Amino acid sequence: MPFMQRTYDYEEFEYAPSPEELSGQSTRYPVVVVGAGPVGLTAANDLVYHGIPVVVIDEDNKVSLGSRAICFAKRTLEVFDRLGCVEPMEEKGVTWNVGRVFYRDKEAYQFNLLPEEGHGHPAFINLQQYYLEEYLIEPLRDNPLAELRWLNRLVDLETHDDFVRLTVATPRGMYQMEAEWLIAADGTRSTVRKLMGLDYKGKQFEGKFLITDVVMKNEDFPTERWFWFDPPFNPGYSALLHKQADNVWRIDMQLGRDVDVEEEKDPNRVLPRIRAMLGEDADFDLEWISIYRFHSRRMERFVHGRVFFVGDAAHIVSPFGARGANSGIQDVDNLIWKLKLVMEGKASPQLLETYNEERIYAANENLFHTETSTEFISPNTPGQKALRNAVLELSREYEFARPLINSGRLSTATIMPDSPLNTPDEDEWNCRLIPGAPAEDAPVVRGDERSYFLKQVGGVFNGVLFVDSPQAIPTDTLADLQALAQKDVPIETKIVALEPTEATEYEGLPVFYDADGYMKQRYDATPGAYYLLRPDQHVCARWRSFDRAKVEAAQKKAGYLL
Amino acid sequence: MNGKLHTEPRIQNPDPLYKALSDLHDGLSAEESLLVDSKLIFFLINHIGDDAVVMEAIERVRRSTRSAEA
Repeated sequence: MPFMQRTYDYEEFEYAPSPEELSGQSTRYPVVVVGAGPVGLTAANDLVYHGIPVVVIDEDNKVSLGSRAICFAKRTLEVFDRLGCVEPMEEKGVTWNVGRVFYRDKEAYQFNLLPEEGHGHPAFINLQQYYLEEYLIEPLRDNPLAELRWLNRLVDLETHDDFVRLTVATPRGMYQMEAEWLIAADGTRSTVRKLMGLDYKGKQFEGKFLITDVVMKNEDFPTERWFWFDPPFNPGYSALLHKQADNVWRIDMQLGRDVDVEEEKDPNRVLPRIRAMLGEDADFDLEWISIYRFHSRRMERFVHGRVFFVGDAAHIVSPFGARGANSGIQDVDNLIWKLKLVMEGKASPQLLETYNEERIYAANENLFHTETSTEFISPNTPGQKALRNAVLELSREYEFARPLINSGRLSTATIMPDSPLNTPDEDEWNCRLIPGAPAEDAPVVRGDERSYFLKQVGGVFNGVLFVDSPQAIPTDTLADLQALAQKDVPIETKIVALEPTEATEYEGLPVFYDADGYMKQRYDATPGAYYLLRPDQHVCARWRSFDRAKVEAAQKKAGYLL
Repeated sequence: MNGKLHTEPRIQNPDPLYKALSDLHDGLSAEESLLVDSKLIFFLINHIGDDAVVMEAIERVRRSTRSAEA
């Protein structure tokens, strides 16, 4: 319903005939990405980050307008930080901490997500998807490794053992090209998936949701997340209010199962509902109206020969918990370093199978949480509704009932304790961080410069050596660490001093100081302890003391190195 | 299924207890009855404080309901 959208001016990207169209000759590219949404664009950014050329095709020529993803979680922001594009997102996005839950006409309870100290990024930001896409497109436009082909629609696909042939329709006609590897990021209605005749099993939830974006003119409307169960302005159903950039607010209003979609989208019907929700004093304009039905589905497998499915093309969840775009971006974070090692002939192609395994594990977790939230928000039977309402009524008076309220479990990074890439602990550790989890962030100081730990790692295997004093590191350990950094698949070690230290520098081994003690706490760090991190910043092994042979064995395991 | 859920008789005064429960439902609609039952369940679940015990009870109810239908 693109009749509004006053706050955002989008650009129409230019279609330019590709070399294949002009010459009639098919070219074989290393990697082609289908779909320029948040996930496909993240894949393109990650590929060029790793020095791999990429062609992205998209059937449209603009960013995604309307009410789409808005909530981007900390792990996603860490990935964008590694890719160098997080700054404009965090500058434009809004953060919130207070959430209120209402039941009927009263507040049931409120919570404050006081952010944990000592992280480089907030728990999440709210930002319209079109801004996010814009900030992901910008760095690609000037990058000679990336080619964005707008108004290029995939119409046919032929898979071979060592490449994929694509037939693409453009305003000018049709052309063919080949890809050694294909990344399908073309969303819920994935053309790649359909052309390959692949499954997408799951269910559709029965309820319908009216999604409205409004521009609030009252400047003092609080930046909080409000969730209503059975409110007077929408009896029997739920509603959610969430702030985005430009003073645009997202309103999700649950509708009955049998409503007439066109009737409900009529602004004359939408306006009184929203006025009743926001109160008499609210002054606002409608920005966008749409109606969605939610799905819960995933493919049986995400890897099919030379084709990888990422994001909504591989799995779709209801939006409660912001687990759609966030999980797609983590798919990409998981895939690209593996693909790079395999493309370079340094890892066994079996490594790619672990993308399938690890991200199906994550998809199942996201499906579980979103299905549970959807069942709480929109109960199906009288008994389920009674359970839900009992929780809400008890919550006013009894604290024990509050954790049962489920208005969406917000996206957190998936922890994979049973990943085949992990080397199980042989020592005792006493911290939340475990092998299979993304490394924890913390402030670190190098010289006079204060920064964050996660900005220092990623892209390659990294080691972290904890010491009391960097001056006291044995010479043979230093030589081993320097040798690891020179390997064909390097392990670049960062030294983290737990005590204040005089400036010490070793060739290729930067020294940081754990200024606020968070590294010690979050890594249960003792002098001599060593962590091994995958290129996607996940912990894959750790020991109380450094042993070069064990480190190399763990790296070989985590990378299926040849 | 051998878990931690007590299934041997432990109720001290069955009749007054049953009557109190029955009185709780007196005059209620089906919807209201479901609500009071649900509240009671959550009080007891929290009192038990052991999710495994509750899960075991859920599983026993599921089985007995299935066999009653069969």
